[in-house]
Amino acid sequence: MALRFRGQSNDVVDHVSLEAKSGEVLCIVGESGCGKSVTAMALMGLLPQESSIISSGNLRVGEDIFDLTRDTLPRVMRGSRIAMIFQEPMTSLNPAFRIGDQICEAIIQHSGATRPEARARAEDMLQRVGIANPSQRLFEYPHQLSGGMRQRVMIAMALANDPQVLIADEPTTALDVTIQAQILDLIRDLRDATRMSTIMITHDLGVVAEIADRITVMYGGQVVEQGPVREVFDNPQHPYTIGLMSAMPGLDRPGERLAIVPGTVPTIANMPKGCRFRTRCAFAAATCAQRPTLSEIAPQHHVACHFAPLEEHIEVTR
Amino acid sequence: MTQTATQAPAPNDPLLEARPENRVWKKFRSHKSAMVGGALVVFFIAIALAAPILPIPDPAATDWGAVRKAPSGENWMGTDEIGRDVMARLIWGAQASLAAGVVSVGIAVLFGVPLGIVAGYFGGWTDAVISRCTEALLAVPFLILAIALAAFMGPSLTNAMIAIGISATPIFIRLTRGQVLSIKEEDYVESARAIGLPTPKILSRYIFPNVLPPILVQATLTIATAIIAEASLSFLGLGQQPPAPSWGSMLNTAKNFLNQAPWMAMWPGLSIFFVVLGFNLLGDGLRDALDPREH
Repeated sequence: MALRFRGQSNDVVDHVSLEAKSGEVLCIVGESGCGKSVTAMALMGLLPQESSIISSGNLRVGEDIFDLTRDTLPRVMRGSRIAMIFQEPMTSLNPAFRIGDQICEAIIQHSGATRPEARARAEDMLQRVGIANPSQRLFEYPHQLSGGMRQRVMIAMALANDPQVLIADEPTTALDVTIQAQILDLIRDLRDATRMSTIMITHDLGVVAEIADRITVMYGGQVVEQGPVREVFDNPQHPYTIGLMSAMPGLDRPGERLAIVPGTVPTIANMPKGCRFRTRCAFAAATCAQRPTLSEIAPQHHVACHFAPLEEHIEVTR
Repeated sequence: MTQTATQAPAPNDPLLEARPENRVWKKFRSHKSAMVGGALVVFFIAIALAAPILPIPDPAATDWGAVRKAPSGENWMGTDEIGRDVMARLIWGAQASLAAGVVSVGIAVLFGVPLGIVAGYFGGWTDAVISRCTEALLAVPFLILAIALAAFMGPSLTNAMIAIGISATPIFIRLTRGQVLSIKEEDYVESARAIGLPTPKILSRYIFPNVLPPILVQATLTIATAIIAEASLSFLGLGQQPPAPSWGSMLNTAKNFLNQAPWMAMWPGLSIFFVVLGFNLLGDGLRDALDPREH
């Protein structure tokens, strides 16, 4: 998929390809501004059409393929076969309606169920996402629920129509740590129960380690590294991935200063040609002015760097 | 949430307690000036509605033996220049004034709010067209526009209400559009789209209820303005037509007799003052009660 905003010469999302198999959790990681959320929004067809252009791309869900350039995702697909949960549970529910009505609305919209059927289904969903006393909670307003509960409600709403794909945009960022763990457990349990594919966007590698089967590292709107989570964690190959890993605090190294990746993501107008990471990369060389291709360096493990695998090109001192 | 903390255990069902309507009502009740405003409004509405059954003389019945009589036991508020009972005319006139206020604001809300929602939500050309028309209307002073429209359509109470309604519409378009611009960026609107709800449903269920509170407040305040506008139009002979009474037309005739019969001007003047005060206080109270930041 490639996508750019009007009036910009560079693609915001450039040749990004993601795959999540049934029952699999794919995590997209990267720092702020690297195109994670925009990719997800484009998949959902939620980007404003007047300001964004999808120049190529398609989406395959099960057997069906959708051309994202011609038409945004048909509305009937949204919420029924592909669903999304958001970062901010505090503001993602309509404050003017009871949560039961909101869940029912999602159900009725896609299944044509009657109101009592939808209500029963909503109650069932609340039960499944671990909300105690669901028959009573249905009649509560969002402001009466805690952040964790609201995120559970969001998940219930997203999953009410048994989607095949769930996109979760930093679902735990706004929650405190114990609730985070509960929500991750919940997503994992639901994934096991429904065999849905989950695409989780996060910048928290702890979350990735906890839940992911596979990981996609994005930088500047491009995929820089992709592979099974164990493989990428044990053997990160792209300099950016290595930077991210070493910036993670470790309990075994108390008091140690965290490593950082110097600088920030360039704005889209200032993206360097060739490898987009080269302005911040410790290994950058003349060849980096050429765009690196995503090549497989180990089974399933793809890296977009001229120097991959690193061991063959650079003497790595650890 | 401070409410539940400061109050003793609620006697009512906790589910009912927390409904936004109830929280708002509770807050509204503790707002003294709003309650006074509400009482004034309710009082005027009550006498307007009860006009046909109140034991008062026919407001159009003339009595040449009792011209411009000062307030007395027989005519509590005196009589006018052709012997009609001022109190009867005042009470029947309340119907015209309140109807003018409510109907014209109803017209303004009916047209202004949907146009504002469409302009704010869709943006682009739709917004440009609606907004430029709105600004053109707003460029003309409210009362001048109403007078021009009423004069164009011909003098009658109905036309006056329509004229005032049209003149007040741009206020609601602008207010609604601004609110929609901020509400449509809210996460819950995004998530409604992610659920796959069709646009009309998003507009009616997600946008509209959340832009409603400021519109309600603006509506009560505009009713006050509309009542004055109706009085002004009637005063100019463009509103309620004789012999049917309205406060504005009563003032219109009373101005000729300010020295001889000041009560003719005093009562309708006071009535306008109090009903407008009532609606303003009510609007202020509603604004405070509906303000989400203070929950």
